[in-house]
Amino acid sequence: MQQSDLKLDGNAIAGLLREIFAMEMTTAQSTCAGCGKVHPVGRVDVYLNAPGAVVRCPACEQVMMLIVHSGDRYWIDLTGTRCLEFRSDPS
Amino acid sequence: MARAAVLGRLTWQLGEVAEVIQETPRVASLVLQVPGWPGHFAGQHVDVRLTAEDGYQTQRSYSIASPPEDSRVILTVERLEDGEVSPYLVGEVRAGDKIELRGPIGGYFVWKAGDDRPVLLVAGGSGIVPLMAMIRHHSAASSAAKVRLLYSSRSIDDVIYRDELATLSAGGVGLQVFHTLTRSQPSGWEGYSRRLDGEMVAEVAWPRKDSPAVFICGPTAFVEAAGGQLLESGYDATWIKTERFGATGG
Amino acid sequence: MAFISRGFKGKRRDVTSSSRVPPGQHVVHDFPVLSAGPTPRLPLTDWTFSIVGEVDEPKSWTWDELRKLPSETITVDIHCVTKWSKLDTSWTGVSLDTLLEHVETAAEFAVAFSDGGYTTNLPIEDLTDGKAWIAFEYGGQPLDPEHGGPARLLVPHLYLWKSAKWVRGITLQNEDEPGFWESNGYNLRGDPWREQRYWGD
Repeated sequence: MQQSDLKLDGNAIAGLLREIFAMEMTTAQSTCAGCGKVHPVGRVDVYLNAPGAVVRCPACEQVMMLIVHSGDRYWIDLTGTRCLEFRSDPS
Repeated sequence: MARAAVLGRLTWQLGEVAEVIQETPRVASLVLQVPGWPGHFAGQHVDVRLTAEDGYQTQRSYSIASPPEDSRVILTVERLEDGEVSPYLVGEVRAGDKIELRGPIGGYFVWKAGDDRPVLLVAGGSGIVPLMAMIRHHSAASSAAKVRLLYSSRSIDDVIYRDELATLSAGGVGLQVFHTLTRSQPSGWEGYSRRLDGEMVAEVAWPRKDSPAVFICGPTAFVEAAGGQLLESGYDATWIKTERFGATGG
Repeated sequence: MAFISRGFKGKRRDVTSSSRVPPGQHVVHDFPVLSAGPTPRLPLTDWTFSIVGEVDEPKSWTWDELRKLPSETITVDIHCVTKWSKLDTSWTGVSLDTLLEHVETAAEFAVAFSDGGYTTNLPIEDLTDGKAWIAFEYGGQPLDPEHGGPARLLVPHLYLWKSAKWVRGITLQNEDEPGFWESNGYNLRGDPWREQRYWGD
């Protein structure tokens, strides 16, 4: 397995994000708090080989989201995402 | 007739394996009947959860290979030698077994008939699975969109859905298939025989003026290389959607 | 009662209890790679390790200077909060006792920092008295970048997230300051023997 294969994208946390937001989030537009670029959540860099899900901006690599999930507890850091824009009915 | 994918609470359901189809020596399709399945879009996936007798649990995501028009949920899985889950799904699971899954999941990496833009699908290995759902949907819905598939595999024996792709591309439904075999080729092979590169992409991709819809799926390195080639050729980043498969334990 | 998948066994896990395996852990025989981001790649000529913060005099070593310090090879068990443990792992590195030897400080806490922005916090007493190293070899070979090379912090008596990969220094502080994972659910201390995985454990 190549090191680069450890980097996935937002599609890999689609299920986790639906647990949290109760909505399909991969089509949401997320603004990086670091560099200001906007990406569909399906396109952000995701690292899952970790004690939590680490979401990074594809442009500047800063952490946009950090999600830890244990049993019925979730800890979410969204400080790296300045804004999330989405519709309640993505279709 | 596809029903709309109703977004309800994402709950774990049990699907029953109706059939196991061996696609290639390392790849099999599990045909599942899932009671109350709400329907899905082409490109979506499910999360599969396995539980061992001692309570150990692990989860993986698998793309749905069946189109929305099919009421069955078909998962095509590649068995990875060092994998934890894939050797179970491809090798142990048999008809009659139940599999815990939730879905359908995903909204970004989706293609719907009704979008009449030309489509470019780029698949690396088992990345073909969600793209096959799109191809099957395109055919079942008699879509007028023109579709080109560029499919990279190691050898001819690794090509999944080979016969079905040949039949569809000969059937005048507007599908053209381009194969590249990167490690070995059978004698008389007329397709590409190398890793994806700029020249190959230039020959297969739709002209920029067509503003095509592009879907790339496969291992991360493949997706990044293919995406890079398309951007260099002048494609707009907003036309391209990607889904990276990782070998995260298989 | 969860649904049991007929015939599923999962990866080889030694779940037999042993006094060497903390609660909730299972033993693995490979060395899983965990990563919170891209692997940093820094030329060794630019690499330094620093001790900064609440010190009379900050200290810094280049790669060559670090390698000239006395080092030792140790065999330890390591425990990851994601539930795998690996026994009898061999590392070579410089003890934090050696690095802290001439450091004057009254600070009680430390934050280890790495290339790529990762941080993790520990009480200084978890770094001293033969409990921590800056490790640059694993199994007798130079430490692989995917496992933290050229050098990582190694603190085997705590969960492995405290053993910061690609470490570049420690900041000594009077107050405890949660690092990357400790700020988002993971336990400030992380003692595997008391199963201190998350906040409130």
